[in-house]
Amino acid sequence: MLSRVADSLYWMSRYLERAENTSRQLDVTMSLLLDTGGANVERRWEHLLASLGKPDGIEWNGSHEAMARALVFDDESPISIMFCVNGARENARQVREEISSEQWQRLNRLFHHIHSPHAQTQFTSSINETLSSIVDGIHLFQGVGDSTMIHGQGWQFIRLGRYLERAYATATMLEVYQTELFNAQERENSGYQYLEQVGLLRCCTAFEGYCQVYTADILPDRILEFLLLNRDFPHAIRYCVECIRTSIDSIQRTGGRRSPEDLTAGVGRLHAMLGFTTIGEILGGDTGAFLHNIREQCLRIHELIYRYYVHYSIQSALAV
Amino acid sequence: MSAGHPMQLDSLFGDYPLDRAFDEMREANGELRPQYRALAETLASLPADELQRRKQSADLSFLTQGITFTVYGRDEGTERIFPYDLLPRIITGPEWDRIERGLTQRITALNLFLRDVYSDAKILAERIVPRELVYSCKHYRRQMRGLQVPRNVYIAVVGSDLLRLNTGEFVVLEDNLRVPSGVSYMLTNRRVMKRTFPQLFSSYGVRPIEHYSQLLLATLRSLAPEGRPEPNIVLLTPGVFNSAYFEHTYLARQMGIDLVEGRDLVTHDNVVYMRTTDGLKRVDVIYRRVDDDFSDPLVFRGDSSLGCAGLFNAYRAGNVTVTNALGTGLADDKAVYAYVPRMIRYYLDEDPILPNVETYLLSDDKERQHVLANLDKLVVKAVGESGGYGMLIGPQSTARQREEFARQIQANPRNYIAQPTLDFSRAPCLIGKRLEPRHVDLRPYVLFGDKVNIVPGGLTRVALDKGSLVVNSSQGGGSKDTWILE
Repeated sequence: MLSRVADSLYWMSRYLERAENTSRQLDVTMSLLLDTGGANVERRWEHLLASLGKPDGIEWNGSHEAMARALVFDDESPISIMFCVNGARENARQVREEISSEQWQRLNRLFHHIHSPHAQTQFTSSINETLSSIVDGIHLFQGVGDSTMIHGQGWQFIRLGRYLERAYATATMLEVYQTELFNAQERENSGYQYLEQVGLLRCCTAFEGYCQVYTADILPDRILEFLLLNRDFPHAIRYCVECIRTSIDSIQRTGGRRSPEDLTAGVGRLHAMLGFTTIGEILGGDTGAFLHNIREQCLRIHELIYRYYVHYSIQSALAV
Repeated sequence: MSAGHPMQLDSLFGDYPLDRAFDEMREANGELRPQYRALAETLASLPADELQRRKQSADLSFLTQGITFTVYGRDEGTERIFPYDLLPRIITGPEWDRIERGLTQRITALNLFLRDVYSDAKILAERIVPRELVYSCKHYRRQMRGLQVPRNVYIAVVGSDLLRLNTGEFVVLEDNLRVPSGVSYMLTNRRVMKRTFPQLFSSYGVRPIEHYSQLLLATLRSLAPEGRPEPNIVLLTPGVFNSAYFEHTYLARQMGIDLVEGRDLVTHDNVVYMRTTDGLKRVDVIYRRVDDDFSDPLVFRGDSSLGCAGLFNAYRAGNVTVTNALGTGLADDKAVYAYVPRMIRYYLDEDPILPNVETYLLSDDKERQHVLANLDKLVVKAVGESGGYGMLIGPQSTARQREEFARQIQANPRNYIAQPTLDFSRAPCLIGKRLEPRHVDLRPYVLFGDKVNIVPGGLTRVALDKGSLVVNSSQGGGSKDTWILE
């Protein structure tokens, strides 16, 4: 597959995952603001922004609606939903011959929806509805892609984009919220605390999954264990890394003139780290540093993917 | 009339006018031509609103499939659908046979001309075609001199424009030998047509065109460099902002080949490679949809980022085939066009089967005087332009436009030709609820690899504005499916 095409498919997918992440975190924050009223408003928005990667240009400005509007519609801000959907469509447009027509039509529909006047009116009347219609659109696109596209290299690059973005975003979010999650234990457990913790799970659509595994006993160490180390839940980091590993294996099998040793080693290391560490060990050590380390390894994997498949030097390729 | 009742032919036709121009459907006396009878009967038997309903469903199908083209000179990247007329244009078997023989003859001669001009230039030495005409053409590429192209095929993919005059005879208006487009519309029109009128279609015995992509692939494969039995064939597109980008993605998908941009290609030791996830992969045949000027910044325009640096040297070395060859625009120059009948006689010793349109060369003093005195009756065209740009249609022009053209002609006579304003044929189109005649041309697609191949059909373009003579998609044109009968 052409490197440029792989690059476009990868970013199409990363952008959509990012849009979904922004949608869900914003939705949870807005609903928590309803319950906790005016308490800690500023800190809450700061946390959300930090959890979305501290974008330039957006700061708490005193208005919930303006903040939410910026995160949805500000097409200058790289974490806004609009920016991400535009980016995904632009990438898809450049590889029209690679994705299925059904995929293209779904993405086109999502793009036109978010640009329509209807989306603005809908936002004014219910932010929640706007966000869930966007998430629905993204899920449709992903589902249609999985069921209509050849599961060849192109599809594997789409998966790489999705799971690398998801692993990175989840690690960032946990890093931002973990201090409070555990500090709160010392205080008396209140209804508000419960809401906060459920909110964290809901940011990863993990509440129901969590309950199936641990019952509705919401405990901070179990939340962390579930979102980090669960092997079966699609938003858990360990699961994401497993998907990255199988995708790279598959790309290697179907093409594979050159063996990407650093890349397989890099992914293998992260995979092993998550597979053979217990939550007790993580909490016994520096949890923040552990999460930060996951993010750095994700960045490294991204770089290696680009070095092996996209931006390799011509000299090294000729030498093979 | 209420919905549900069949339409009568009379109400469908209304006051369908007939005059000097050839009507594709009706004889001069108003009778239906035999090949259109079954179509007219079907239309007359449909409930009144059924035709509209089918039109809407056809339009919708173009839109959702994203079959669009990009209009220049408006907002960058404006996408529109190419208007589609529901009614087929029908050409009989014997008529088509003549077109097929005529185009084969013509393309063969044009290809010999290109080979000659870029090697020994005998036709110039013998003064059949004037030397200065060729060497002053802006599409002449000196770099092509002495370059050996595979199978001596310069023009593998051609789309010639034909018109039908009031005698019923087809003539060639121009040959598109550079990067002719529109074939994807021919193919998608047919697909939509089969869905719109399935029974009618199957009752007619229409010759198939669907194998075009396969033929194109075989043509490209036949032109691969020696010693490359499993050639890697790619389609080179200028990118997503090109007006024909849809067609590029369509053809690449239909042929199952990679759609590449200049930035995907690199050359090393006179070999072209593309950057893939598995490393560099050698490229053997490039079906290029990028103009000569932009193909290689080292040889042609240095500011082009659409091509690939070093491509031309790899081509010269015979390590990659670029098709159509570079410099083919020379032979579709509108002034060189006037000499095509002479080329056919010179190279093939045959009389042309498809005539040319009478053409005045404005570098000739006498012809120029005649043209300048009759600008209001003639059509003037710039020789190197296409797409309906740079054109004066005398009878529909203002005095001011004619003055402007007269000035330009005198300043640079080589750059213009003139032709009589043709009363070319009209075909019925669904305009509102009625059938009305509109001017149509015909662009068949010719493939030339180990032999000349023409799929029986082509793109019938329609000037949808009443009275208009311009069929180009960029200027308000539409298209029809074209049926060639057994």
